Amino acid sequence: MHKQTVEDNVNITVLVSVGEHPLSKRPRRAEQDARALEIGLNVPDTNLQVMHAGAANNVQTNTVLKDYLGMGLPEIKLLNIPHENDSLTALINTFDKNIPDILLTGIRAETGESSGMTPYVLSEKLGMALVPSITEILCINKTAGYAELLQALPRGQRRKISVKLPFVATVDMAAQAPRQSAFGAAMRGKITVIDTIAAHTDSAGSASISPDLTNCETLQAEWKITPAQPRPKRLKIIKAKTAADRFKAATAKAQGGAGKVIYNNQEAADAIFKILKDEKVL
Amino acid sequence: MSNLFRRDPRAQWIARNRLHPLHVPEGQLVQRGPTGLLRKNVHAIGFIGPNGLKRIDRSGAAGSFKQLNRQSAQGSKSAAQEEIVLPLHKVANPDFYILVVVDGVSGRLSSHDRDILGLAHKLATQPATIENDAAFDKGTGGNEARTGAGVDAGVGVDPGERTGAVVAVFFDTITEEKLDTAGIDRLVNFEGNEYQQYNPEKRCADLYKLVNQINPKHILFPDSIHGGADLGRRLAAKLNTTVASNVWKVNGNQIVCRGSAGKTDITRPITNIMLALEECNEPVSDTRHECKVLEQPLIPLPKQASDQTLEQAITNTYEQKITDLGNESVNPNDINLAEAGFILSGGNGITDWDQFHHAAAILGATEGASRVAVDDGFMPRERQVGATGTWVTAKVYIAVGISGAIQHMQGIAQCEKVIAINTDDSCDMVKRADLSAIGDSSAILAALLDLVHEQKSALKGNQKRDQKNNNATSDTSGLTPYRATAKNAPEAQHA
Repeated sequence: MHKQTVEDNVNITVLVSVGEHPLSKRPRRAEQDARALEIGLNVPDTNLQVMHAGAANNVQTNTVLKDYLGMGLPEIKLLNIPHENDSLTALINTFDKNIPDILLTGIRAETGESSGMTPYVLSEKLGMALVPSITEILCINKTAGYAELLQALPRGQRRKISVKLPFVATVDMAAQAPRQSAFGAAMRGKITVIDTIAAHTDSAGSASISPDLTNCETLQAEWKITPAQPRPKRLKIIKAKTAADRFKAATAKAQGGAGKVIYNNQEAADAIFKILKDEKVL
Repeated sequence: MSNLFRRDPRAQWIARNRLHPLHVPEGQLVQRGPTGLLRKNVHAIGFIGPNGLKRIDRSGAAGSFKQLNRQSAQGSKSAAQEEIVLPLHKVANPDFYILVVVDGVSGRLSSHDRDILGLAHKLATQPATIENDAAFDKGTGGNEARTGAGVDAGVGVDPGERTGAVVAVFFDTITEEKLDTAGIDRLVNFEGNEYQQYNPEKRCADLYKLVNQINPKHILFPDSIHGGADLGRRLAAKLNTTVASNVWKVNGNQIVCRGSAGKTDITRPITNIMLALEECNEPVSDTRHECKVLEQPLIPLPKQASDQTLEQAITNTYEQKITDLGNESVNPNDINLAEAGFILSGGNGITDWDQFHHAAAILGATEGASRVAVDDGFMPRERQVGATGTWVTAKVYIAVGISGAIQHMQGIAQCEKVIAINTDDSCDMVKRADLSAIGDSSAILAALLDLVHEQKSALKGNQKRDQKNNNATSDTSGLTPYRATAKNAPEAQHA
């Protein structure tokens, strides 16, 4: 894959995962991953690969992967991983041989710990740059070796970023909504299973890649996982030393300082203009 | 003169007779009873309690002086002058460090930052029950020398009495005024032009260096979109460890975090790097802290082979792969109403809708509407603000011709500054608003737009003058526009 093609095609790999509906708990397309795939599908003239790391021959995985295939993909590669925990090692081993130019993922998984570390570990191990929460790929220049992206910021703002190829990018929920999944396309697409046990034996250094991470996963047995409880609301703590102070705090009226009222049009406009200036919204 | 009290019937008569020309109103005069005792005038002191009963605070506390008329003048003055000075929390020789990397949006501490600092203070001062070495060692990653330093510091100290210091890391200039009450024992401030832009790689490299130097016990980040979540994971990947994200509770050596995108609670042992949610802990409120600039420990001389890795780590350079090209201008009406920062909302009182849309475009505000305006077909349904539409969180909310139905007031409850433009000065919106303009909305909007136009034309004039000056003096005028945008970028981002 590393050969320089004449057409200057960009290799994009999208990592997709199995999502979970927040209420019904049914498996579904992960929302952010589907958006990442949508971004990948919208870049013209690319070698788009879609990859999932998980257990093969699983009914739930297959239905969800069909949902992804229904977005108009010819093929999804499934890295067969018997245990959930080895997915990072397997992914690193796979990408070590042929690094894609662009690796797109969601920000966090919808199941499990969802610590959001996968893209960060991949970028660190593979020596790729990482751009968090993008919404759009503006342009890719493979010969010059850079791409321009739009990044989502709070309050609906966007930042333009130039990044060197190859890079990992996580896709924000502010990106374009994914297209519907079509049944016919889903039936035509195929799931290619790649066994990772062979890949394991190939690379001798696979065990040394992340000893801490594997160590961490043995610790997960100690974890206690329960359905999320509503978080307690923060109470206003009154630190009164005397009974009188406590009494005051309990009986005092809220200091709802009544706002200014202006009856003159020009004065009002001046005052509003001043507030807008002070709040830096103009 | 004897001290014997003599009645003055005439003075008493004047005091009783409110119509007497020499009468002084009650309370301003020292009142004496018939036997000469000083009398409190109970009608002039006290306050009315919640159920309409008169209450008198006789506790003698500072505040209670205010209600006593006799001492009102001097009492209120002393109460105003008296400012509570919190005790200073000092850590002279910390046994370990808790590192907190605050967001510091535009140089200030957000409430999220303060919560994280409160959590750090709790971790630094809580009596160490069981040292969880497992989590600690894991964090040292590929650098064995750091554990050595940590053990040295703990030698000869009873594990129950170990005290830590909270180290706060700020990037860019600090503009926060109340730093000392936030719970910061030591301060590290990375300053420079490069931090005014988006450069997560540089920040991560700096943090990596700092972590290798001070060997913190825990590293806390706010799990926020302002950069904390990203930076924490970057650092964890670099240190070859994992994070606990969405932490919302810390109980001794156990933490509770949200997993599965908020659907589950995971109770797990405490980790080295934690990304904590808002309200994970109460902010520090009882103590002042030193905010001493952390004198960074010198790099130890290489004695063993392992020290070389430390030195390597400290001198580790990074490759900058990400370049910030500045903020894009966003069409305000493309911003989701729930996260818009500036909303101009129109209601039943608007007669000229074209002017309203024009004003929104000129001010750069996102358009909102009340239910009536939507029902009448002047605005689309997704623009409706309120409990039945969208709950908004704008910094500035201008309500034009909206009297304020209760559903609408609920929807704007989280807005910071509310400005009302209305013809009725008794409506609910005016009661809620920080500033109310009473009058014809189209006239007020027109006056406001005139002001904006004036300002814009004045700015343009200035820019032209500046450009002329630049051309005359130096050749680098081509660089100035780009620099200006880069400097404005962080402000614009948080606007």
